[in-house]
Amino acid sequence: MADVRLNNVVKRFEGVEAVRGISLDIPDSEFVALVGPSGCGKSTTLRMIAGLEEVTEGEISIGGKVVNNIAPKDRDIAMVFQNYALYPHMTVFENMSFGLRLRRVARSEIGARVEDAARILDITDLLDRRPRQLSGGQRQRVAMGRAIVRNPKVFLFDEPLSNLDAKLRVHMRTEIKRIHQKVRTTTIYVTHDQIEAMTLADRVVVMQAGSIEQVGRPNDLYHAPRTRFVAGFIGSPAMNFLDCRLEPRASGLTLHLADGLSFPVPADRTERYRPVAGKPLIFGIRPEHITEFRTNDSSNSGTFTAIIDVVEPMGMETMVFFTIGRREVCGRVDPSSPAVPGAQMRLRINLAQMHLIDSRTDLVI
Amino acid sequence: MHYRSRIGRWIGLALLAALTVAFVFPILWMVTSSFQAGDKMFALDAEWIPSQWHPENFPNALSRAAFPLYFFNSAVISVIVTASNLVFCTLAGYGLAKFRFPGDRFVLLAILSTLMLPIEVTLVPTFLVVHKFGWINSYQGIAGPLLIDAFGIFLMRQSIISVPTDYIEAARIDGAGELRILWQIIVPQCWPALAVLTIFAFRESWDQFIWPLTVVSVDQLRTYPLGLVIFNEDYGTPPTEQMAIAVLATIPVFGLFMLLQRWINRGFGLSGLK
Repeated sequence: MADVRLNNVVKRFEGVEAVRGISLDIPDSEFVALVGPSGCGKSTTLRMIAGLEEVTEGEISIGGKVVNNIAPKDRDIAMVFQNYALYPHMTVFENMSFGLRLRRVARSEIGARVEDAARILDITDLLDRRPRQLSGGQRQRVAMGRAIVRNPKVFLFDEPLSNLDAKLRVHMRTEIKRIHQKVRTTTIYVTHDQIEAMTLADRVVVMQAGSIEQVGRPNDLYHAPRTRFVAGFIGSPAMNFLDCRLEPRASGLTLHLADGLSFPVPADRTERYRPVAGKPLIFGIRPEHITEFRTNDSSNSGTFTAIIDVVEPMGMETMVFFTIGRREVCGRVDPSSPAVPGAQMRLRINLAQMHLIDSRTDLVI
Repeated sequence: MHYRSRIGRWIGLALLAALTVAFVFPILWMVTSSFQAGDKMFALDAEWIPSQWHPENFPNALSRAAFPLYFFNSAVISVIVTASNLVFCTLAGYGLAKFRFPGDRFVLLAILSTLMLPIEVTLVPTFLVVHKFGWINSYQGIAGPLLIDAFGIFLMRQSIISVPTDYIEAARIDGAGELRILWQIIVPQCWPALAVLTIFAFRESWDQFIWPLTVVSVDQLRTYPLGLVIFNEDYGTPPTEQMAIAVLATIPVFGLFMLLQRWINRGFGLSGLK
């Protein structure tokens, strides 16, 4: 096992900068997820760590050793590909043992290691089959088995669950987490699915346009995003954004939204927000902080009435959609609350959970 | 609509049947003629199926000239040429399919452009090169220019392009070098193209006439097509015996085709050849 360090890593493809000088320290045995929209440079970063792409500038080190000029096979890494890349003409056993055979590991040890990995992944019965005889989930396990048997310093995952159906994806997500907890190998996991990143990783790296937007533990990213992009990308359904301005009043600040809505800013935020009063701002609030009105609401709540456009019952919760100043807003109400499309509904915003974003810099204040 | 589509189907089948007859007829005629009596082949009362079979045409034809030697020469050269094409076209195809290097497109176009040159254009320059090597009247002289072929390179490139690059990258991470990747990961996924290349390269060198005629002037190195011409000129041989030699010459290519047919059908689909 080993730590992975990226120091000001740049990747250019024929003049186009795909990765723009990113630096990242991944300690030994940590599970890190690189997440971002397609084209953000996450897969390129992973491929540079694997040695499948050359690094244009900067340094990548694995276990304290700079690996920029070291071939993939000598980096002691294992990678799971999006389409699994199981050799179609080899059996599961041959697929899993291919790397070990190339490294001239003794035959008895190869057998033992493959069996161990097969037991962990529950694929012992499949060792004689060929990839085409396996289901998507089984192929996924074999691809992981091929990585595990090598006992590498670092696991690299490139969107390994994106070819699976939704149910299997959730199941395999748990499996991957369980396996990491068992083997504790440093893992770098690329995904565009923020839920996957949040549920699996010790730390999540949010990337956009070739740069790192924010690195943090899943809950920190969710509750304390640093930029509008992170605030909008992390969380599903996404955070609501509304244009707003702040106005000072005698004992604090007032938040003004479209449609004449205004709410008092919580007292503990007043000092933080006072310098931006009067400037163009964006108000951010997550759907779960817009709920049905209750009589025992705290003082940090703002109440208002909205005409509900769409109601989406999800079982344990109901999503309601309405507009404020032509912007669609999503709220999350109790399934027992009387949400009806076209009807008015009294809602409340938990302002203690509000975010304010500078609309020029897109930074959260 | 349904009626019209059925009519169309029958017309299509009739055309295919006519084409099949047109292609198969000369072969059948060659086979039946090889068993005819010497004077019967061009007789007015020609028989499509001989009333009397003359299998002795075969030993007679073989004994007239050094045909066993000619067949041996053809076989040696064809095996060398086929093996060499399989190796070198696969290597070149891998390079052109999966590696980017300065001028890669130009190299591919240059290779493909050689397909447009007829043998009359290349014959003299090739002869001069082979002569310079001192390979006139030698196996290497006959086989040398055929060892790698532009069509084979293109065929293998197209086949290898369809192998997902993820396999190659997975193998690189697993610890395989490029040659191992080629032989252990790519080649097993390209059997159809290799089967097509095998039959094309073998048939191409087996049937070569003008080039061996240019580069060989001694009897010991004659290939069977040269032998067939000499046979006709020198011995005034009955055409039925010529047909017997032609039948024997068809057997290796036909056998190879039957052996590889399963893969060839898939290979044509792969390469977009029809």
